[in-house]
Amino acid sequence: MTAERIAMILGTAAIVVPGLMVVGLGLATLLGRKLSERAVSLTSRAVIVLGLICTLGAAVALAVSGKPEVAFDGGALVSYARGHGPDAERFRFGIKFIFDRLSVPVMLLSYVLCGVISAFAGHYLHRESGFVRFFFLLAIFLLGMIVSVAAGTIETLFAGWELVGLSSALLVAFYHERTGPVLNGQRIWTIYRFADAAFLLGAVALHHMTGEGDFDRMVGYGAWPAGVATVTSSQALFAGTFLLIAAAGKSALVPFSGWLPRAMEGPTPSSAVFYGALSVHLGAYLLLRISPLIEASTPLAILVTSLGAITAVYAAVARRTQTDIKSQLCFASLTQVGIIVAEIGLGLRYLALAHLIGHACLRTLQFLRAPSAISDAVAAENAIGERSLPSTHSRGGLLPAAVQRFLYRFSLERGFLDTLLNRFVAGPFVALFRFFDRAERKWTEALAGAGRRESDASRPSFESHEYLP
Amino acid sequence: MIELHFPWIEFAILASLAGAAIVAPLADARRTRRIALVAQSVSLISAIGAWIDFNDLHVHEAHDLWGLSRYLFGRGLLVIDELSAPLLPLVALLYLVTTAVTLRTKVNRFSFAWSLVCGAATLGALSFQEPWLVIALVIASAVPPGMELRRRGKSARVYAIHMTLMSFAFIAGQALVDAEGRIGPMSTAPAALLALGVFIRAGLFPFHVWLTDLFERASFGTALLVAVSMLGDYAALRLVLPSAPEWTLRLLGIGALVTAAYAAGMTLVQTEARRFFCFLFLSASALTLAGLESGSTVGLTGGLCVWLSVTLAVGGFGLTLRAIESREGRLSLVNFHGMHDLTPMFAAFFLITGLASVGFPGTIGFLGSEMLLDGAVQAYPLVGVCVLLASALNGIAVMKAYFAIFGGRRHPGSVSLAARPRERFATLALTLLLLGGAFIPQAGVASRRHAAEELLRERAARVAEVSPAEVARK
Repeated sequence: MTAERIAMILGTAAIVVPGLMVVGLGLATLLGRKLSERAVSLTSRAVIVLGLICTLGAAVALAVSGKPEVAFDGGALVSYARGHGPDAERFRFGIKFIFDRLSVPVMLLSYVLCGVISAFAGHYLHRESGFVRFFFLLAIFLLGMIVSVAAGTIETLFAGWELVGLSSALLVAFYHERTGPVLNGQRIWTIYRFADAAFLLGAVALHHMTGEGDFDRMVGYGAWPAGVATVTSSQALFAGTFLLIAAAGKSALVPFSGWLPRAMEGPTPSSAVFYGALSVHLGAYLLLRISPLIEASTPLAILVTSLGAITAVYAAVARRTQTDIKSQLCFASLTQVGIIVAEIGLGLRYLALAHLIGHACLRTLQFLRAPSAISDAVAAENAIGERSLPSTHSRGGLLPAAVQRFLYRFSLERGFLDTLLNRFVAGPFVALFRFFDRAERKWTEALAGAGRRESDASRPSFESHEYLP
Repeated sequence: MIELHFPWIEFAILASLAGAAIVAPLADARRTRRIALVAQSVSLISAIGAWIDFNDLHVHEAHDLWGLSRYLFGRGLLVIDELSAPLLPLVALLYLVTTAVTLRTKVNRFSFAWSLVCGAATLGALSFQEPWLVIALVIASAVPPGMELRRRGKSARVYAIHMTLMSFAFIAGQALVDAEGRIGPMSTAPAALLALGVFIRAGLFPFHVWLTDLFERASFGTALLVAVSMLGDYAALRLVLPSAPEWTLRLLGIGALVTAAYAAGMTLVQTEARRFFCFLFLSASALTLAGLESGSTVGLTGGLCVWLSVTLAVGGFGLTLRAIESREGRLSLVNFHGMHDLTPMFAAFFLITGLASVGFPGTIGFLGSEMLLDGAVQAYPLVGVCVLLASALNGIAVMKAYFAIFGGRRHPGSVSLAARPRERFATLALTLLLLGGAFIPQAGVASRRHAAEELLRERAARVAEVSPAEVARK
């Protein structure tokens, strides 16, 4: 058996393993079986270790083979072709995974961090009522991450991308008996859905430009990072802009950054793995994957770099007034994600990949230590024998007073991004459809010749989410 | 024509009718439900038998074996083809599941006899290809819900006005088609009338208000069954698609897209669960007809795949809502109910069916939505944007409803609201179909593709005034 084949088999096994965990835990939930914390925790760890070993094996085999990439082609689930020329109809829905210098390191990263989180959460969530639910959602997230990262076709990538989004929103709303987490979960899901729509539009546009369904050939020929785009500059700009919007939604780039601090409502282990480490980098990963497109269009590259830089500056400013450690960390994360995106726009692919991996590891550690931050600080002070007060010196004092006030408000209001989206996107949309709803009710009542109906009695109570921001 | 090995279809219809005849005079509601369950089980088994038998024959269409229809009319009128083969068991399954999960507290409100009659009429409509019989049964299936509204003392005017208009449109349209002779494309007047009938029965904008009104006034089970049988879409494929001029299909396609986008927007502002469900259904089901707009095999195949997935997923979603409503009463969506911990199984099923109805990856609807999108974009990119927008908004609405019903607070109730064994069984069966269908899609998609090809071939033949075999040869 060749090293190439071993890499392919082990890489595929690394994808199947979290899928088995999802099926197992999902079936148990649906059948109403009560699983013990110990069983769930051990299964999770075993699955992640097995997946990690497979990925490591695939990485070694890939290195030994000397090939830049190895692909697993599961063939077309559905394939249809009819006619020739411009009127030809073609459709192919295939499963394909690529193991290359981009996907394998990020797969390794995903397994390592999910393993750490799994071990941490086993203690952190001990006796929580949603213990099994957390591990089930973690398994879905891991599956989504691995599938997205290794995806060789646009459909496969989209499937993984959606699984990551679903598990993220549900984990933010993990404490679903409280109003705040639920509303924030809903907010994140809304942003994700629009990002998904942009993703699909970009994908379909690329599909029609290139006539290809496989990701490697759609984006460009050649193994990462040496791929060369097969589309023209304007085509790259058109499709790439949609994909950039998708990445912006997933990685909380401006103007979608408002959801990131809201995501901190989830339990600390999920905040660490999702918003500090993996999920928040998925948009950047997508941009790395489509880097041949970015290279093919200078305006697109400028757009990517600018968006990254704006996000980095915005997050750095917004971080200054955060009063809790998780919010501080999430804006610090966002600053780095912005820089990573800017690096991708500048064509520094390896640097961006190394930055992504290093940042994810550091931020996971910081998030996991966040609940013990005060204890850590006290221990450190005891060890050095003096108080370690934060520096009050700031260069902001050099700015005019009016600018200082504006920046302070800007930072406190997190750049007014949520307000802008609410006022100019969500607000008019809801107002328009409420108008349609009222008109429709009046029309139906006129036709029926009858008075009010039971649905008219649905009025928000004092604790309704209608009254909350 | 080739025949099935057994009169499966006739058995399926007669089992429902016999069940209706037996339960109609009964006063004991629980006994009524038991008999209805047996009748609908026989109906489902027969429908599955017809599907399997048809697949074994490897033909495009087959007649039911000898039987009552041949005795009465001198020729076999019941036909199964690529389009109707999977729809028969699907509809029979939904009727059975709806009866099975009707709780004891609701058996007096839900009319099992009318449900059986409605089921028989729907199965009949799906099995006839003769336009007049299809029209007769589409109209007949509209009668029981109206009777229920009257029995419950609710206003049936909106429903009656729309159903009368639909009946007139279908009858007048088909009469004009007959008067013109059935060769070549139909002229403007009959095409417009038949399209109007389809617009009303399929609940396309702006003729959808009868469905929202029905959901508000009728029992949830009845309204659900009327909606998910999707006879409007069936009428479009049987009565309009074969010989309507191009503009009619475009009109239906545009109407469907507008409905999909409009209803998706409306789901987000609904304050009550039934209306929310109705708009979700309207948006998801309209995408089936949007496949017509593409005019391509891929688009139409996608539309037909979405038909199956929507029937199954939205049907399951509606049953979950109905089960929760029968425990909690009418569900407001502007207040939190916090039912997750009391009914975790329903919470999971709500999410699975809700996401399946918007074509979420890993569910049965994903592939169909992809095909529909692909076909739509090939025809007109703007159509693809509409489809995507509708899907995104529906996904947001499903999650919003999920959080409102299952989250936001701790439910104060101390009485167990967990799923009953029958509900648990039905839920698991539907979940397996919804998730299993996503991993083994080949057979389903191939069947829908054959159906789409056959429909387009028939249309090409009618428009060109040659035989379908001739078109196939070309």
